[in-house]
Formats: sequence, C-alpha cells, structure tokens
Amino acid sequence: MAKQWKPAPSRPSPETWTGIVGWLRINLFSSPANTLLTILGAGLLLAIIPPMVRWGVFDAVWLGDSRAVCDSSAAAGNGGACWVFVKVRLDMFLYGFYPEPERWRIDLMFTVLGFSLIPLLAPDFFRTGRSQALVGGCGVAVVFLLFGALPAVFMIGYTFAPFLFERVSLWHTPQQIQAGKRSAAATGAIGVFAVVAAVYWSVRLAGVETAALPVSLSAGVLSLCLLFFGRLGLLVWRWIFLFCVFSVFAFFMLVGGILGLPEVETHYWGGLFLTLVVAGTGMGTALPVSILLALGRRSELPVVKTLCVSFIEFVRGVPLVSVLFMASVMFPLFLPENVTFDKLLRALIGVAFFYAAYMAEVIRGGLQAIPKGQYEAAKALGWTYWKMMGLIIMPQTLRLVIPGLANNFLSLLKDTTLVAVIGLLDLLGIAKAAMADSEWLGFTKEAYVFAGVVFWIFCFGISRYSVRLEKKYHTNYQ
Amino acid sequence: MQGLIDRKQSLYCSLFFGFGVITDRKSTNFCTATDSMADRYDRETDKTKRSMLNDTRVRGWVAQALVLAVIACVAGYAVYNVGQNLHKAGITTGFGFLNDPSGFDISQTLVSYSGESTYARALLVGLLNTMLVSVLGIIFATILGFFLGVIRLSPNWLVSKMAEAYTEIVRNVPLLLQILFWYLAILAPLPGPRQALNFNNWIYLCNRGMQIPRPVTEAGFGGVPIAFAIAVIFSIILVRWARLRQQKTGIRFPAYPVSFGVVVMLPLVVLLAAGVPVHWDVPALHGFNFRGGITILPELIALWLSLTLYSATFIGEYVRSGIMAVDKGQREATFALGYSPWLTYRLVIIPQAMRVVTPPLISQYLTLIKNSSLAVVIGYPDLVHVFAGTALNQSGQAVEIITITMAVYLTLSITISLFMNWYNKKFALRGF
Repeated sequence: MAKQWKPAPSRPSPETWTGIVGWLRINLFSSPANTLLTILGAGLLLAIIPPMVRWGVFDAVWLGDSRAVCDSSAAAGNGGACWVFVKVRLDMFLYGFYPEPERWRIDLMFTVLGFSLIPLLAPDFFRTGRSQALVGGCGVAVVFLLFGALPAVFMIGYTFAPFLFERVSLWHTPQQIQAGKRSAAATGAIGVFAVVAAVYWSVRLAGVETAALPVSLSAGVLSLCLLFFGRLGLLVWRWIFLFCVFSVFAFFMLVGGILGLPEVETHYWGGLFLTLVVAGTGMGTALPVSILLALGRRSELPVVKTLCVSFIEFVRGVPLVSVLFMASVMFPLFLPENVTFDKLLRALIGVAFFYAAYMAEVIRGGLQAIPKGQYEAAKALGWTYWKMMGLIIMPQTLRLVIPGLANNFLSLLKDTTLVAVIGLLDLLGIAKAAMADSEWLGFTKEAYVFAGVVFWIFCFGISRYSVRLEKKYHTNYQ
Repeated sequence: MQGLIDRKQSLYCSLFFGFGVITDRKSTNFCTATDSMADRYDRETDKTKRSMLNDTRVRGWVAQALVLAVIACVAGYAVYNVGQNLHKAGITTGFGFLNDPSGFDISQTLVSYSGESTYARALLVGLLNTMLVSVLGIIFATILGFFLGVIRLSPNWLVSKMAEAYTEIVRNVPLLLQILFWYLAILAPLPGPRQALNFNNWIYLCNRGMQIPRPVTEAGFGGVPIAFAIAVIFSIILVRWARLRQQKTGIRFPAYPVSFGVVVMLPLVVLLAAGVPVHWDVPALHGFNFRGGITILPELIALWLSLTLYSATFIGEYVRSGIMAVDKGQREATFALGYSPWLTYRLVIIPQAMRVVTPPLISQYLTLIKNSSLAVVIGYPDLVHVFAGTALNQSGQAVEIITITMAVYLTLSITISLFMNWYNKKFALRGF
C-alpha cells in the first residue's frame, strides 16, 4: 500500500521588512546590541527633553510685563523660564543703547538690505528683470508705507538704477579699452575723474560736506565699472550697488550727522544690530582683501609673495582674541597722540583682516583647482595679468569656493561675539548687560538661551544655504 | 543643453564677481582679444619699439619696490609714534620688565608662583594653564568626537538622528556663548561650599568649583612609576615584535590586549607588593571653605566642558566623512573574506579613514588651542588672561606683551603644523 503523501508543514511566513513594523525592525531593533542602543537613546531623550520643554514652554511665564509675575510664579513652585524678562528687554537685545527716536534708521537700513539681498541670494528665482522689478516694487511700497516718502525715493533709485546701468553699458565699447587702445583708456580715466570731481563739488555745494568724499568715491567706482568693463549683467550691477551705494547709505543712516539726522556715536550701538553690522562689514571687507592676498600668495613677485605668505601664516597662527587685544591696546600706540580711532572701527579692522587670511586660503585652494590650460589660454591671447584674473580665473575660482566662503562667513558670524572681549556690546554683551540690571537679577539662563536661539537660527540658516550651494555646484561639475 | 549650462554658469560668475563678466553671448570680446594678440605680437617681435613701460619684469620690480617703500614708510611712522607715545607715558621699552616682580596673584598655578615672582614666571604659569585646558579639551573632544562620528553612521535610526541633532545644535551656537552659559547660568548658581552637592563624602561640587581627593604618596612609592616605565617599554617592544612576526609568518599575536594588561598589572603588582604606600587627601568642609584635596576652578570646568562639547561636533563630522570616504568595495571585500565587523573596522576601514581624518583633526586641535584663549572672558588664568590681561595692565608694556603672546601661539601652531606635515608624509599613500 502506497504511503499517503503528506506535505511538509508549511514554513512560517517571513518576517515583515515593510511597513511600520518592518521599519522599526530594520532601524531600531535589528540586533540585540541595536535594541540596547535604542533603549539607551530613548531613555536619554526622555531624561533630557521633557524637563527642558517644561522649563522653556509649559512652566514658563509668557504674559505680563514686570518681574512680579515671574516672582509669584516661582513662589508658587513653578521652576519655569521667565520670558517676560526677554520681552521687556527685547528692544535692548535688538538695538542696544541706540537712542529710541532714531531706531527707525536701523529698521530702514535692514529693510533696504533685505530687499536688495533677496534677488542676489536666490538668483534662480529672480533671473529675469521683471521678477527683480517686482521685488524692488514691493520693497519701495514697504519702505514708503513704513518710513515715508524720502526713503522711498532713495529706494526707487537704488532698486531701478541697475536697470539703467545695464542698458547704458550696452552703448559704449569697452572692447577698445580691452584691446589696449591707450587713447580709449585715457578717455575713460578722464571720464571717471570728471564724474568724481563733479559729484564731489555738487554734493559740497548742496551743503552736505561730510558726505562729499564717500558719495563721490562710490560714484567713481560705479563709473569705473561702467567704462572699463564689458557689458555687465543685472545681478552683477546689483552686487556693485550693494558694495558701493548701499554701504555709503548704511553708513550715513547709522552714524547720522547729515541731512538733519542726529549723530549717534558708536558706543551707543549694540545688540543684534551690532552683531550683524560687524559680521556684514567684516565679510564685505574681508572678501576683497582676501582675493588680493590669495593672488599675492600665488604671485611670481618674490617680495609680494613673501609679504602675503607671512601675513596669512601669522594671522592663522594666533587667536582672534589676541588680534582684538592688539587692535584695542597696541593699535592706538601706532597713531600720533592726538589722533583717536573709533573702538568699533578698530574691532572691525581686526576682524576683517583676521578673516581675510582664512578666506585667502580658501580662495587659494580654488585657484589651484583651476586647470592650467585656462591660464595658458588667457596668456596665449596676450591678455594682461589683471584681465586674465578678472575675466577668466577669478569668476571660475569664486564659483568653486562659494561653499568654503559661506563656511567662513558662518564662523565669522559666531566669532563676532568676541568683540565683547574688548567691551563692545554685541548681542552677547547686551545679554550680559541686561542681566546685570538690578531690577532683573537672576535671569542668566533666559538671556543666554534667547541669545543662543537667535544665533542658532542665523547660523543654521547659513549652513543650510551653504549646503544647498555646495550641492548645486557639485552637480554642475558632474 | 550646453547653452543652458553656459548661461547658468556665466550667471553665477557674474553674481559673485563684479570684475566684468561676459553675460552677453554675442559679445565680441574674444575677437578683439585675437586682434590684440596680433597687435601685441607685432610689438613684441620688434624689440626696438618695446619700451621699459611694457616690460613685465621691469614693471614687476618697480611695483615691488613701491610696495616695500610704502610698507617701510607706514612701519617707520608707526614705530616713531610708538616711541613718542611710550616716552610720553613714561614707559621704557624692552624686555627687561620680564625680570621684575609681577605683584599679582593667579588663581590656578601648576608651578609654584606668588606675587613676588617675576613676569616671566607669570608667563610660564599662564602658558601651562593654557596647555592644561587644551590637552584636557583635546583628549575628551577626540573621544566624544569619534563616538559621535561612529554613532552617526550607525544603522540605528534613533541614535544616529540624536547625534545629528546634537551636532547641528551645538555647532551653530557661538563657543563664547556656550562658555558663558556653563559658567554663569549653570555653575555660578550652584550652592555655596556649606550646601555643596556631596558625592559620597568624596567629591563636592559648589559655586567655587569641584573638590576632588588628592592621592598623597608615601615612602616606597618610587617603584610604581619605574614599573610603569618598564611596562610601557616592554609593550612597545612587544607590539613591534608581534608586527614583525606577523609580516614574516602570518601568525597574529594579541599584542595590544597583552600590553594593556602589562601596563595596568605591573604597576599594580608593585603597588600591592610595597603595601599600598598611598593615601587619599579627602576634601573636608572647614568653616566657610574646603580644605584638602584638589580644587578644580569653575572657570576650568566651564571652559573645558564647552571646548570639549563644541570641538567634538567638528571632530565627529571629520570622522564621519573620513569613514564615508573609504570605498564601499573595501568593506564588501572584507566581509566576503569572512572578517567580523569589528575586524573589518579595525584592520580595513579605520586605517584608511585615518588618512583622511588626520589633517583636519590636527587643525581642529590647533583651533581648540586658539579657542582656549576665550578663557579671558570668564577669568580662567590662561596665557591671554594672565599675560595679555593682568600683566599688561600692571606693567603697561603693551607692545612687548602682545608680541610675546602672539609669538607663543605662533610657536605652538608652527610646531603642530610641522608635526602634521611629517605625519602626512609618513602615512600618505605611496606610489600615486
């Protein structure tokens, strides 16, 4: 009798590797060691996060405007944060001791800056002139509504002049100058000089003596760009305007002393505003200096090369604190007795030159990455050194090193806190000053957590932006 | 497609550099350049027409001479002004002040120091304090950083995300803020010595710092360090021998565990044999303060903690990128040969990753040493605080003191950079 065939018992269904259970199994409980890690991690999270959230959110005092609210809450056994302190002192955190009726000037400066940075930082979205005009129009409307007609007039000029400059640069023929025609170059130089002189005297005659030199110089740079370089794109003009026109505008807005604006000395400056001023001017100054240093370091002229190498290596070998000490203690000794130098300006010079050395190394890395053929081709065309660098090498280099520069900007922003060492009241210095207020003693944690969150938002934003740039340029190269 | 890329590229070129970029593709720049080349060729070949003005070499030397002259003028003027200003302030220049008594006290001294000691001694004390916090920071930041880097690559989602969150939070907050936070917001509000946090009557934590017991050696302890030295020398020889033997015969010897055991056990045995000639000097509350033991200043704790936590995030990133830089095929090949994950890491991944990790790691150490100068903000007596702060205010010798301070930091940096170059040369891949 044939044995009856019996199928073997079916195997159990395979473990799920899909769905939520599968995800948990793969990512959290794949092995005993992993399970242990997960449990430890979760325990750590549970130990840290809930007390922090309770302190910062649920037990915290948000409403009210005096210390009494926080004190009564603490007396009731609530050990939470007292955000009333930050709320009451918010103006101080933002503006320092800048006189209250003049604070609109800071607001105006940052509004203009914001609207001019939008198209520059997101060039993908604002490639066309129309979209830039749209942003500019919004900016003008906002400035008009918040600050009145006169600032709006400036904003109109500042936003729409680049369109005009772009058109004008179509008309003339910078090729003649580039082709080495001496007469054309001479005419251009005379033109630039004439513009500077005309602007200088007209501003003086208008009765604004202090502004004459900076305004005429920036007009000179603008006309130089117009006459000596080829046709420049709209966004390039916006960058030039940011460096030449906006910087002069921001300087007079913040310092005052012209057009009936009262002068505000720099020892009243402080808070987040000072932090951003130091970071912005530091970066704006360090970038051109670092380009020159990097070029000098790769130069074939031995004297220039030695000077640049020793400067860069010296600065990179010492801490920023000692450079700031030098700027604050040693620098005044270098000047004649009756000449005094603003403390903020000294710190700015220290920070800018310190970071110029670091950025010069980043740029040097970029210069080394440019294929030799690019240099050789430019030389074979008979181009001069500056033309080769300005038109062929530098544009490629800078594009390569943007992520590196963004990282430097990030550490520059973090290092602006060091100016507190020489007694400037940046966001951190103001936090310290605010908690020394006898009315609000004992809110150290709140002040530092607030300052930390503000810094974190800025720094994290910049680091994300730099990661995005890095990805973008990386894909371009593949 | 090509055109699109070109347009995009030239847009970015134009974005970040104002020095004239051709955004108009119809621009005739290149043609004119060719013209100019022809012109120039004519000019260059005809030597008689070539003027000094156009000779690049002459121009280069003139430019350099000008640069030198300008710098010499500026420097000369500055030196003249310094002389004038110091003369007015009644300060004699020179380094003679280093032998004068300093007249101030320092809160933490690793070598004997008092108010009668010289400025040179104060410099040494400050330098040693800088070294102390830097070395502590480097050791702990390296451990934590390697841990973070490995954890971030772990297949465990939770811990890798936790490591990432930690990195992103700590890295993006200024170091100075963290130092001040630990010092003023965490350590300063601790209770006073009388209500100090007591850990088993052994360690105390209060707003004046941390009190820990101090081992006091008695007669007969001398054998222990000697035993330790012998053990270390023995382990070095053992490791070398094991490596040579493995290269010759392929037989592995567990040199590292054995030498670790020797280094720990031999001094321990000698210690026990001598009858444990050590006792602990335990801190105890006496009146308003502690006596006995070692006091770790709150400044040191705050600085060390924040330097460690901050630098570890950067080190973690370097370690992660170093491990990720090792080709995937290396790991797969090792697994295919049947190596365990641990051996794969130790013998294949880590040695290759270290080549990538070491240079940024060492420059991070340099940064940490330089960052330790932030001590000046919370009053930890480091080089900058003691020398460029207190000593400068006392003596008024600004130029000399700042110069010495910078020179010391420069020497440290250059020494470490030289070491790094040597290390790179030694361990770089050969034959490429």
